[in-house]
Amino acid sequence: MEFLRPSDWDEALAAKAAHPDAMPIAGGTDVMVDLNFDRSRPTALLDLTRVTALTDWGTDGDLLRVGAGVTYRRLIDELAGRVPGLALASRTVGSPQIRNRATVGGNLGSASPAGDAHPALLAAGALVELASTRGTRRVPVTEFFVGPKRSVKTPDELIAAFLVPARPGVEQFAKVGTRNAMVIAVCSFALALDPQTRAVGTGIGSAGPTPLRATEAAEFLAAELPWETRGAVPAAVRARFGELVGAAARPIDDVRGSADYRRHALAVLARRTLAWAWTDLGGAA
Amino acid sequence: MRVTCVVNGETRQADDVWPGESLLYVLRERLGLPGAKNACEQGECGSCTVYLDGLPVCACLVAAGQADGRTITTVEGLAPGTGEEQLDRVQRAFLATGAVQCGFCTPGLIVAVHDLLARDPAPTDPDIREALAGNLCRCTGYEKIMEAVRLAATS
Ligand SMILES: Cc1cc2nc3c(=O)[nH]c(=O)nc-3n(C[C@H](O)[C@H](O)[C@H](O)COP(=O)(O)OP(=O)(O)OC[C@H]3O[C@@H](n4cnc5c(N)ncnc54)[C@H](O)[C@@H]3O)c2cc1C
Ligand code: FES
Ligand code: FES
Repeated sequence: MEFLRPSDWDEALAAKAAHPDAMPIAGGTDVMVDLNFDRSRPTALLDLTRVTALTDWGTDGDLLRVGAGVTYRRLIDELAGRVPGLALASRTVGSPQIRNRATVGGNLGSASPAGDAHPALLAAGALVELASTRGTRRVPVTEFFVGPKRSVKTPDELIAAFLVPARPGVEQFAKVGTRNAMVIAVCSFALALDPQTRAVGTGIGSAGPTPLRATEAAEFLAAELPWETRGAVPAAVRARFGELVGAAARPIDDVRGSADYRRHALAVLARRTLAWAWTDLGGAA
Repeated sequence: MRVTCVVNGETRQADDVWPGESLLYVLRERLGLPGAKNACEQGECGSCTVYLDGLPVCACLVAAGQADGRTITTVEGLAPGTGEEQLDRVQRAFLATGAVQCGFCTPGLIVAVHDLLARDPAPTDPDIREALAGNLCRCTGYEKIMEAVRLAATS
């Protein structure tokens, strides 16, 4: 096995082009588990931790661009006001030791349906920036995932960054698991309300072959919310929103929970995150 | 592959390192530092916790080559010398409260607590639990561990 250690972004892209089989490694919290348990034997590891371009963040017009190598720890410490939903999701990832190393780029790279960053990125309408020696493209995160642990990323590409609107609306995230730390989600849900555009964003985790959106639920809620008056959200609207989110999931029965339980729990999470987000917007309870 | 890093203040070098092996393996098997423990090799238990460039991480999840040129502090590096009176206050507090049973989780907990108290000199109980969420004690001595942290914070 080779160990490739590019010192900057151009070198990293060149190394990936020359060794498309090389396994990129950032925080290593997915890659090393597989290596330690002999589940994978890549021909080479491509260490991205020396590429400082990946750990930058800043604004890019009306977007916020966050390098793929920014850790959950830094998202929480430095970006909680700018990516509120993702910061909430980051707080639920693993443990302090894991959050000190693990990155959003690694979460996207693994593309697990249970990845906690994904629902928040979906709800926020994020773009994923992919790059290779051939060029750079920005893919809506809604089109990024194509199957369990599969994405549109080609073998010569690396994930450079993700981008979200620089002025976020109100965002919430909730996750069901057996304890407060160190759990893979049984299911999770992220909600974004944008009072400017009166748009609703949603993201469902761990309840389908890929992270999903609840498009119908979002459209329903956007039309029914009392945006103008900020009055209480009618109980029937809350209930219907929950139902539609549950219906948008495509869960299976597995060791972590049954499909029925997941649909039920998602309806509960949808109602709860709606109540929190509406209060955050100054809406009546 | 050769890996060179500063461990507990000294420049150390390991040769013939397999690129897929972990920093934990390098520390324990190549550099003779058995303080950090190997229990799960999957980031779940925290018994391998060490400082990497000042941040506590699971050494089992750091590829050896990623540690090249970096600075590492293990539980062995927290005490300025040998002998009980030389121990760090966190180590002394674990001894004083009997927060050690089999001791397997202890080195990782000590590093995690050391980091907590460096960031927050007077943590509340929920803060302590949150900071130690990544460290499992198979002997389940959590109450004594909580006592040790409270004692270390006030000593
Ligand atoms: C104990 C433990 C608890 C965990 N808890 C959670 C949890 O609560 N929620 C959760 O979502 N996940 C959790 N995980 C999984 C893991 O921490 C996350 O998926 C994390 O985001 C991975 O990031 P990383 O930087 O460590 O990725 P790595 O392990 O370095 O890489 C992961 C994958 O992404 C690829 N990759 C990394 N960076 C790039 C890049 N820039 N371009 C292209 N490909 C790239 C790698 O090749 C690999 O395929 C946990 C893992 C452990 C060990
Ligand atoms: S051995 Fe590293 S976390 Fe358990
Ligand atoms: S003392 Fe035995 S594992 Fe904690």
